[in-house]
Amino acid sequence: MAYSFPVEVLEHIFSFIDSDNDRNAVSLVCKSWYEIERWCRRKIFIGNCYAVTPRIMIRRFPELRSVSLKGKPHFADFNLVPEGWGGYVDPWVLAMGRAYPFLEELRLKRMVVSDEALEMVSKSFKNFKVLVLSSCEGFTTDGLASIAANCRNLRELDLRESDVEDLGGNWLSCFPESCTSLVSLNISCLGSDWSLQSLSALERLVGRSPNLRRLRLNRAVPLDKLANLLRRAPQLVELGTGTFSSELRPDVFSNLSGAFSGCKELKALSGFWDAVPSHLPAVYTICSGLTSLNLSDANIQSSDLVKLISECQNLQRLWVFDYIEDSGLEALAESCKNLQELRVFPSDPYAMEPNVTLTEQGLVAVSEGCPKLESVLYFCRQFTNNALFTIAKNRPNLTRFRLCIIEPRTPDYITLEPLDAGFGAIVQNCKELRRLSLSGLLTDRVFEHIGTHAKKLEMLSIAFAGDSDLGLYHVLSGCKSLRKLEIRDCPFGDKALLANAAKLETMRSLWMSSCLVSFEACKLLGQKMPRLNVEVIDERGPPDSRPESYPVEKLYIYRSVAGPRLDMPAFVWTMDEELALRLS
Amino acid sequence: MEGISKEEEKKLELRLGPPGQEEDTLFSFAYLSSSMSNNTTNSAKRVFSEAIERKTGEEGWINLNSDNGIHQHQKLWSSSSANFHGKIQHQQQQTKASFLQFQTASQSLPVMAKESSQPCCNKIVDLQQQSNAEKKAFSPSSANPAVSNISQKRTAPAPVVGWPPIRSFRKNLASSSSAKPNPDSQGALPDKVAGKKPVETCRKGLFVKINMDGVPIGRKVDLMAYDCYDKLSSAVDELFRGLVVAQRDSSGGGKQNNQEEKPITGLLDGSGEYTLVYEDNEGDRMLVGDVPWHMFVSTAKRLRVLKTSEVSGLCLGGGKQGKPLLESA
Repeated sequence: MAYSFPVEVLEHIFSFIDSDNDRNAVSLVCKSWYEIERWCRRKIFIGNCYAVTPRIMIRRFPELRSVSLKGKPHFADFNLVPEGWGGYVDPWVLAMGRAYPFLEELRLKRMVVSDEALEMVSKSFKNFKVLVLSSCEGFTTDGLASIAANCRNLRELDLRESDVEDLGGNWLSCFPESCTSLVSLNISCLGSDWSLQSLSALERLVGRSPNLRRLRLNRAVPLDKLANLLRRAPQLVELGTGTFSSELRPDVFSNLSGAFSGCKELKALSGFWDAVPSHLPAVYTICSGLTSLNLSDANIQSSDLVKLISECQNLQRLWVFDYIEDSGLEALAESCKNLQELRVFPSDPYAMEPNVTLTEQGLVAVSEGCPKLESVLYFCRQFTNNALFTIAKNRPNLTRFRLCIIEPRTPDYITLEPLDAGFGAIVQNCKELRRLSLSGLLTDRVFEHIGTHAKKLEMLSIAFAGDSDLGLYHVLSGCKSLRKLEIRDCPFGDKALLANAAKLETMRSLWMSSCLVSFEACKLLGQKMPRLNVEVIDERGPPDSRPESYPVEKLYIYRSVAGPRLDMPAFVWTMDEELALRLS
Repeated sequence: MEGISKEEEKKLELRLGPPGQEEDTLFSFAYLSSSMSNNTTNSAKRVFSEAIERKTGEEGWINLNSDNGIHQHQKLWSSSSANFHGKIQHQQQQTKASFLQFQTASQSLPVMAKESSQPCCNKIVDLQQQSNAEKKAFSPSSANPAVSNISQKRTAPAPVVGWPPIRSFRKNLASSSSAKPNPDSQGALPDKVAGKKPVETCRKGLFVKINMDGVPIGRKVDLMAYDCYDKLSSAVDELFRGLVVAQRDSSGGGKQNNQEEKPITGLLDGSGEYTLVYEDNEGDRMLVGDVPWHMFVSTAKRLRVLKTSEVSGLCLGGGKQGKPLLESA
């Protein structure tokens, strides 16, 4: 049966299909659709850069314009992945430089990027438009200078939360005067010391970018320069301020206030380093339009926070320190009925006693008052099962719930019981839950609940929890949609892992550190599952210098069609057939 | 303790199996030893389903004999490596060709299961002491987690790497911003804010990267954890001592378990094989130790442990003025 549609028609139809999942489905219909689809796919997302090789990607998709890559496992954010583990983008850039001369977008997360790679990007892709480096490292301002100098059509340069070595110099002045295409510039992660030259280069750049919509400054940009910048970019939709403190001079204040009121399209605000509360009213004029407010760099106390937040009736997202306290959260619940996402960070995480009155009450209040709340990240020092029951009952629409009780294994502070039942209620009621992080005192029971109910759960983070392998077994056998599982300091060992080996091929990755998985089991898994890379990360030396039943320090398992990687440092071993034979 | 007998060794078997299914269809390579029947698959599942049906509070869910083996191994682990080297070789030869399997519920050692599962809970991994992991190894805790938590209502918390799970840039900010209490703060806890003394910032983290010549593994150290150069120097020694040895081992390609760990000394005065330097906020490389400690902490962005022979243009032991500029390698 031949198709009556010409290839061009199918291509045109496929061009309306954007989502990766849909594209993947299209490619499975039949061979000819597979062929047509692969030639017209323009965008790809690779969640684990070691799951596939550049060559495989290029062979299948010869005409990509946009590539997204993720490198290190999530726990690298908390210093659990030793430096030098991997995640190097250079081989990708090298291969893409040859294969994709028309590449426009590169988005990297948790990867190691060298200045040479940046230079290569800037010179290989004539139409390069978007560079997003999220939590990356390994490059300096010299690399940024290449990008600035050579990318004629640059639209986005976003360095969010990357670790950039600041070599001084003035890379911002490397943007040619002819560059007027910037839409988004995020340099908030850069250092706090800047020269006047850099500042004026920034001002000129902003001034000649009429399409600039997102601008996130670094701490070095002083408050008295902010007004100038705002006046040059009244079309801004997102703004991250620089430092928000200075001598309190009336003219500075009114200048700033006027500049803000000129930005009628502002929807998102962040920055506010060193914010002095008396300066905050400068932003009041645009508060009613704000949908996103990030105060997690600001040392502002509860009452000032409340004053600011009560001006922002349309807030959908709030990131804030626990200075907001329960009382502030209650006020939030009163004023911001459109709130969808709340993140509360600890101001003093290592203090033994709480420095603020932030308890489970605050989150309960928000869960009651904000009907659209679906994403929560909450650091606090105490919680109860009852509070979790209430939150679950109030907010069955939660999709992301991350609760971090700061002291590991803290029980319900009233009943002294584990928090199994509370989290159980969360997974039972919140049927659309996709992401969950647990904390507090937890037994295997909570994992039974999770395995039974959390059918849409895609990412689960576990720490200092569980009693035995049964816990892990419940999760691996029950959570149908699980893609990413990260575990630390839990008594999970060989049995559950080996019994659910096939499950691991349906997931992106599994991280286990300070658990009880033996080297022996790792070898077995690596031998028997050729499509999994079983990486043992152990800084104590080669695992075969210890008894086989000794637990490994860290274990990272991910599915891959690329085979074992070749860029491992001395403290990482991939368990595969060959290694097992060599070591036995 | 002799090692594992053949009979026990057969019980010590773990097996690959599909997740939660009745029939074992996916794995044709699950070998059964001759003494085991095909019922083992189902009985292993039965163990779990039985356990699931039990209520909380009961001990000994998983009655798997392999825990017995692990428990025995624990006793071996706490002795020094030299002692059980011979035993492990013997055991390795025995278990080499065999696969591992679940045992049926009838052969149970309930208490062991719980005990052997606890150990890592209390294993505190301090980043700065990781090179001493050989000694730390694996000390099983026999405490029930709930009890241990209450008894650990601490006097001083031991630092746990990566906990609470906050990004480094947030930690550093919290330390630097709360050092200056806001004078304009109205009403909300003014006493608490004003009462914060600078010394409290010692409890927050100021992590800087540290690399050592010849060691591909970079680390991060928390400068706030020390109050003088000597303590920093000994921390660096502890951090890298084991890694230098591991590096020699792996590059030598052999099992040199008896390689001694030499302490890294003389980091500050140029007398040792290595010297500690840092990069400040202006990007210059400086010898560690020249400026007052608090000034060092506030300006140091990065540390390096260089071979003393490669550190040039220095005034060792004498010059405290000016900035000896080192050529970057």
